[in-house]
Amino acid sequence: MRLLPRGEQPPLDPTLPLVASGNLRRRHAASRIIQSLSVAAAIAAVAVLVIVIAAVVTHGAKAINWEFITSGYPTGVGPYLVGTAEIVAIATLMAMPVGVLIALFLSEYAGRRWTRPVQLVLDVMNGLPSIIVAVFIFSLLVAGKGQSGFKAAVALSILEVPLIARGTQEVLVLVPSHQREAADALGVARWRSILTIILPAAAAGIVTSTLLSVARAAGETAPVLLIDSLAKGDKVQLNPFHEIPNVPVRIFQLSEEANPEGFTEAWGLSLILIVIILALGLGSRALLNRSKRKMTR
Amino acid sequence: MSATPPAGSASLKLARSNRQSSARKRADRFGDVALFVICAAAALLAFLVIILIAKEVIEGAQPSISKFGVNFITHEEWAPPLEKFGGKGVILGTLITSTMALVIGGPVAISIGIFLALLAPTSVRNVVSPLVEMLAAIPSVILGFWGLIILGPVLVSTVEPFLHDAFGFIPIFGAPQTTGNSVFNAGLILTIMVIPIIASVTRDLFMAVPPDLQDGAAALGSTRWEVIRGVVLPTTISGMTAACLLGLGRALGEAIAVAQVIGGSTESHLSLFKPGGTMASLIALQFNSAVSKLHTASLYYLAAILLVIGILSNLLASWVGRRFGGAGGVTR
Amino acid sequence: MSIDDQTFDPVQARNGKAPVPGRRIRIRTEPLPGAIGAPAASTESAGEAQLHVATEAIFEANEVGIFYGAKQALIDVTMNIRRGQVTALIGPSGCGKTTFLRSLNRMNDSVSGFRIDGKILYRGHDIYGSNVDTVEVRRRIGMVFQKPNPFPKSIFDNIAWAPRNLGMRSGLSERVEKALRGAALWDEVKDRLKDSALGLSGGQQQRLCIARAIAIEPDVLLLDEPASALDPIATGAIEDLIHSLKGRFTIVIVTHNMQQAARVADRTAFFSLETRGERPIGTLIEFDDTEKIFGAPRDPRTRDYVTGRFG
Repeated sequence: MRLLPRGEQPPLDPTLPLVASGNLRRRHAASRIIQSLSVAAAIAAVAVLVIVIAAVVTHGAKAINWEFITSGYPTGVGPYLVGTAEIVAIATLMAMPVGVLIALFLSEYAGRRWTRPVQLVLDVMNGLPSIIVAVFIFSLLVAGKGQSGFKAAVALSILEVPLIARGTQEVLVLVPSHQREAADALGVARWRSILTIILPAAAAGIVTSTLLSVARAAGETAPVLLIDSLAKGDKVQLNPFHEIPNVPVRIFQLSEEANPEGFTEAWGLSLILIVIILALGLGSRALLNRSKRKMTR
Repeated sequence: MSATPPAGSASLKLARSNRQSSARKRADRFGDVALFVICAAAALLAFLVIILIAKEVIEGAQPSISKFGVNFITHEEWAPPLEKFGGKGVILGTLITSTMALVIGGPVAISIGIFLALLAPTSVRNVVSPLVEMLAAIPSVILGFWGLIILGPVLVSTVEPFLHDAFGFIPIFGAPQTTGNSVFNAGLILTIMVIPIIASVTRDLFMAVPPDLQDGAAALGSTRWEVIRGVVLPTTISGMTAACLLGLGRALGEAIAVAQVIGGSTESHLSLFKPGGTMASLIALQFNSAVSKLHTASLYYLAAILLVIGILSNLLASWVGRRFGGAGGVTR
Repeated sequence: MSIDDQTFDPVQARNGKAPVPGRRIRIRTEPLPGAIGAPAASTESAGEAQLHVATEAIFEANEVGIFYGAKQALIDVTMNIRRGQVTALIGPSGCGKTTFLRSLNRMNDSVSGFRIDGKILYRGHDIYGSNVDTVEVRRRIGMVFQKPNPFPKSIFDNIAWAPRNLGMRSGLSERVEKALRGAALWDEVKDRLKDSALGLSGGQQQRLCIARAIAIEPDVLLLDEPASALDPIATGAIEDLIHSLKGRFTIVIVTHNMQQAARVADRTAFFSLETRGERPIGTLIEFDDTEKIFGAPRDPRTRDYVTGRFG
């Protein structure tokens, strides 16, 4: 005995050809519309990316020449580039050990009681608006004491630590447990196995997340704006305990001045910054893929 | 367990190797403790930093909190020379721009997630995913600069007049200003920033929905969209919420790009097409040139409010992602 | 002359099961002991028309070969699956029976590199033809999977979901009840239809999946090892269920449990690996009435498998 609906649709006739029956044509149309919308959304996102990058490239390329990169204010931006490189290098040097150690704590020592709180702290740190970190470091280190590149590096390192910690954590988890077990079975001390077996296995992931955090730090303006914005940019300043010229703050200042002649310099700086960031991103992605292939062999 | 000394060795050799193994044991124990201590210290450092941040920001805001109290939130007059500071305008501006970013960016990003996870062939996904993530890698100062120079004029000449003519009876579509610096511009820039975050998280979420659940739905004669609507979306609601909260956190805290395009006004208004301000952008714009201690303290006050909102939305995102884990919680 | 006349089936009778419609034509070669209610005259004079109507082929597979990329999983499968019957696909693991089953409702389409040679006809229509609507195919040919996969919704919504999509909005509660009754689950869940389906036991979840499949009244039910993830008691319930559903639906079941095939199936197809060229490829070895396959198999490989010598 067949199931009979309350008489609103004729029962299925299975001998009909296998084309859409009943309301299926309408449902297919709805499905196709939604799928088109998703494709359109993806295209829109990629289009925006292309538009922005194209603008930076076309406007910035006009500014780039040897003199632009090597000389200082007002003809070139060399000191800003050196300054940012220096600040980011110091920040990363401080952030990397801390980030790796926190990740190690989470994967090797935390246990059930401490994992959640530490993880939470990392999440909060990751979500901190950079302007807040800027205000914090200003209050702690700069107020009444003066600006310096080093203090800006401290601020940037606070932003880098959660990125490095999370990236390291993800690779530490991937280290096969049989490697740890083999070390234990051989009677190797924990600290030795961590430093000589586990960390090297996770090396690629650590490098990758460090590169990504460098890319992020290089583009961060807010912390540096409040902490190291007074440098003139006419000559290279290598001493981190003075004010150091740097790229994102310079771009911001130029954009606020609303002087069209300054815009060219800003586009040029933007182009250099984007190229560096994209190169770091691509490099870390390539590294990640290579290491993933190694791990899953 | 250290290596056992070889059997049948001379007693001298045995004594020496015992000494070695106990020295090694001591070194190992020391190393274990030392490593534990520095790892724990690093974790502790993170705790300390968060607490210090809260302390410094709230302390810095003290003068303003004691002078204005809760009225700070309800009054909009922000006049540094007169020592009058009210945050209502920028709080409202923050809400409007962030809401706009989520309302536009959320659905768009989820659609991108659907496309990448469920509709695109693998080769397409492997190309488009990194491109979408690259959008997130653009520094905010560059995006803000682009918004100022390129997007602003376009908005002022075409989009804003069109929207005003068509929907001008709704307050948010008021008369456009001529400069291109507007709440609308800032909202669009925030949308661009928020989309890659939500898109990559939801993409991972959707890819984690068990295929046999989707097979079960498909085997009942359902269209692609019906499978998504009936199985994929319902099982990932909590994750999508967490992703949107993450995006919200980003939008709330963005200072630089917004500062470049929003016009730096502190007026409390509802029109998208006038200049406006957000908490984060006002801090960025006025901090270095604050005219008085109260001015600075009021900026700290804004920072304190921002800190509380930012941490809350972050905690909420983590909690939602963890509590309703489902098809893979939010791991970012 | 109708298909629903009682006909005696020795295999079923041995297991104490109800008589099976549509079998009379197969018995016309010799009168069976204790045949009741089947006048010898009508059996003897069974004509071509009866043959066609009673045992019409729902599926016709002609030299079907299936490839995943360069690797061939199945070769040279030719068989007919008859209406209203239970057809079992048995054989050792990896010999392509599930692959073949999933090809019957195009569930293999999403597997990368999937390619099919030969033809599969459903009621005369080529399933892989160019104009074919895959969603329509699955509407008519339903499937229940090995591991129960209820939606994370209420019991009621699990069953009502697909009918709602199909526009069957009125009489939904009756439809759900009838489906649950058909799956022998109604009494157990009738008081908790709003509860989550995930709270049911494994056996109940599987019966829920069967109810879900029959709620839209498909023409065919494909069962992919439906009881392999269940305990013996739940397995028995599923087998009883299959008996009560056959006749109403054409059922094709993949099982690696031979006894189960012997218990439920009218006809059984034995698949195994055969070395063709370099590597072994799955293929259909023998296909016949169940009692022939288990009682008097023609192929020695079939005999080895059903007597438990391997697999």
